[in-house]
Amino acid sequence: MVHSAEAGPRTLFDKIFDQHVVTAREDGQCLLFIDRHLLHEGSFHAFDKLKARNASVLRPDLTFGIEDHYVPTRTRDLAAIDPAIAHMIRQLRDNTTRHGLRLFGLSDPAQGIVHVLGPEQGLTLPGLTIVCGDSHTATHGAFGAIAFGIGASEVAHVLMTQTLWQKRPKRMRIRVEGRLGPGVFAKDMALSIIAMIGADGAAGHAIEYAGSAVRALSMEGRLTLCNLSIEAGGRCGMVAPDEMTLAYLRERPYAPSGTDFERAADHWLALRGEPDAAFDREVVLDAAEIAPIVTWGISPEDAAPITASAPDPDRMTDHARAAHVREALDYMGIRPGQPLTEIAIDRVFIGSCTNSRIEDLRAAAAILAGRRARVPGLVSPGSAVVKRQAEEEGLHRIFTEAGLDWVDAGCSMCVGMNGDLVPPGERCASTTNRNFRGRQGPGSRTHLMSPAMAAAAAITGHLTDMRPLLQGRESGLTKGR
Amino acid sequence: MDVFKVLDALACPLPLSGIDTDQLIPARFMKRSRADGYGNFLLYDLRFDENGQRHPDCPLNAPRWQGAKILVTRRNFGSGSSREAAVYALADYGFTCVIAPSFGDIFASNAVNNGLLPATVSEEDAEALLAALESSDGSARVDLETCEIRAANLVIPFRIDPVWRTKLLNGWDDIDLTLSHSAAIEAFQVNDAKTRPWLVPKSRPA
Ligand code: SF4
Repeated sequence: MVHSAEAGPRTLFDKIFDQHVVTAREDGQCLLFIDRHLLHEGSFHAFDKLKARNASVLRPDLTFGIEDHYVPTRTRDLAAIDPAIAHMIRQLRDNTTRHGLRLFGLSDPAQGIVHVLGPEQGLTLPGLTIVCGDSHTATHGAFGAIAFGIGASEVAHVLMTQTLWQKRPKRMRIRVEGRLGPGVFAKDMALSIIAMIGADGAAGHAIEYAGSAVRALSMEGRLTLCNLSIEAGGRCGMVAPDEMTLAYLRERPYAPSGTDFERAADHWLALRGEPDAAFDREVVLDAAEIAPIVTWGISPEDAAPITASAPDPDRMTDHARAAHVREALDYMGIRPGQPLTEIAIDRVFIGSCTNSRIEDLRAAAAILAGRRARVPGLVSPGSAVVKRQAEEEGLHRIFTEAGLDWVDAGCSMCVGMNGDLVPPGERCASTTNRNFRGRQGPGSRTHLMSPAMAAAAAITGHLTDMRPLLQGRESGLTKGR
Repeated sequence: MDVFKVLDALACPLPLSGIDTDQLIPARFMKRSRADGYGNFLLYDLRFDENGQRHPDCPLNAPRWQGAKILVTRRNFGSGSSREAAVYALADYGFTCVIAPSFGDIFASNAVNNGLLPATVSEEDAEALLAALESSDGSARVDLETCEIRAANLVIPFRIDPVWRTKLLNGWDDIDLTLSHSAAIEAFQVNDAKTRPWLVPKSRPA
C-alpha cells in the first residue's frame, strides 16, 4: 500500500499514521482508524448529534467515558453541588449507559483527569491513535502514540464511524540535548520551547521530541512535555517508545498481558523512526541552558527564566509583539521591567493534567516539607490512584501542615468549570498549562510554572527561584521509588 | 451544512492577537444546550464588564459594526481548548468568516465543520485590512472561489487548505461521506484484529 506521502525512511509519526489509513483520497485526505476514544462531560454536544441521527456507537469497546472536567473536588456528593454542574455529570452517565460504554465515574477507584487516567490504567499504549474532545490529548503521545484533541463534530464522527479524516501534518523534531540542571523539570523544558518558537510555532506540525535530555525524562516528565505541545500550536507531540515505556506499561490494568504484551512490545519498539528520516523542521535546545521558568503574560509564550524581569514594550522593535506585551502586562498588573521575583501572589494551585502525577506531588512536597505557605492553595492529585499513593507516602500531611487544601481528583482550578475559581484580580501560581485571560475564572491572573516553583511561591508569597529552597532536599524528589 | 461561495458583508476589525477559545466562550457558559444559542456569550468578558455592562471600546459593541458577518483579527486566533462551542458562539452571533494571519489547528477544523471560513492572510495584509476597514464604510467581499478579499481599495489573497475549501464550497458533511466507506472500515477492522490482537483492552476491572 502506498499511503505514505513520500517513499523513503519514515518517522515514528509516519509509521503509526500509515498503519491506520483505512482509505486515502487523491487530495491527500486519509480516513484514519481510531484506537481509543476518550469522552468527558463536555461530550454532550456530540451525543446530541448521534441522537439526531438515531445512530449508535460503532466500537463501544474502544470508547471510554471519564468524569473529570466538572467534578467537585471537595465532596463527591452530587446533591451537594451546583445543580447545573451535577447535570453535566449525570448527562455523561446517561449517555454512556445508553451506549454501553465503560465509565470511570466519581466513585471509581481509578477516576481521574482523562490524561492522567489513560496512561495510568494502560489504556494509552504505543502505536495507537487516540482522540478526545480536549486539546491536551497530545499528552498521551509520551508513549509514542498519535494523540490529538478534536471538536464536537469530530467526536460525533468517531462515535459513529471509529474514524476521522486527516491530512498528514508536517513533521517537526524538537531535540533537547544534554542534562537539565538541578531543580529544572520537564515543565521548564516545555515552556522554554514555547517561549522560543511561539504559541503558534508548531501549528500544522506533528512534533517528535528527541535528544538525550528527553530520553532521560521519566514517563511522568514525558507526559508533561507532550501535554504542552498544543500550547506551541502543535497538532500532537510524541516521544518514541523505549524500555522505560515498556517498564511503565507492564501490569497496568488495561494493558495487554503475558505473551500478548511481549508481542505488542516488539511491534512498539519497531515503531521508532528510521535514523535518516526527514523532518520538515528541526529545533535544538541545550538542556543545560534551561532555567526554572515562569510566565508573566496571557499566553504560554510569555515565559521567562525566574531570574529575569518582565519585558518592556517600549524597547521592542516588533510593533505587533510590543502591542501584545502591553496588553498582557496591563491585564496581569505587572510593570514593564519588573523583576519577576518581585511579583506577589494570592494563591497557588498544584494540579491539572500537566502536573498532578505522583512525581509532581513529590517535587512540591520536597519544597514544602516542614514549611508554611503564606497564601492559600489547593492541591488536587491527577487521579484517585495518585491520591492513594501520595497518602501512602505521607505527602498529604506535608501539604495540609503547610496550610494547603488537599482535595479530590479532577480538572478543578485548571479551568474552573467545577467552581474551583481564582477570584477576579487575584494572582495564582499554577502548575497548569494555560495562562489565558480569565482561564481560572473571570479576571483571574495565572502564572504557569513547575510544581516545585509553585510550592516555593506558596512559601515566600511571591514568584521565587526554588533552587535555594531545594538544597539538601533533592532526595525528596524521588521518594518512594 | 450551508454552501459558502461569496460573502458580501460588514467586516468588524478586532485588532488583538491570540484570542483563544477561552475568550471566545468562557468555560462557565458551556453547560448550556446549543438549542439555546451561544451568540450572547461570544467574547463575553471582552464585551461586558463584571456588572454585565457593555464595554464601550469593544468593537463588537460599536453601532457601526452591528450586523458584521466577517471578523478581522491578529495572529493565533482560536488557539487553546478544542471546545467547538467557540465556533458555535461565533456562528450564532452571525459570523461566517474570520480573517487572521494564523489560527489554532483544532479551531480551524471545527470552524470548517460548521460552515465558517477561517481565511489566513499575511501579517501585513491583516494590518492593512484592519486599517482600511476603520477608514472606510467597513464592507468587504470574501470570495472563496478565487480566494480573494476585497475591501476599500484593497485586494488581498487568502489561504485555506484546499480540502477544506472544497468542503465549504459544497457544504459537505463528513459523516455521510465516511459512511459510504463502511466496507473499507469493516475490512480494516477484520485485518487489524489479526495483526494487533492486543488492541481491545481485555481486562475490565470492576
Ligand atoms: S486539567 Fe485542565 S487542561 Fe487538563 S484536561 Fe482538565 S481542563 Fe483540560
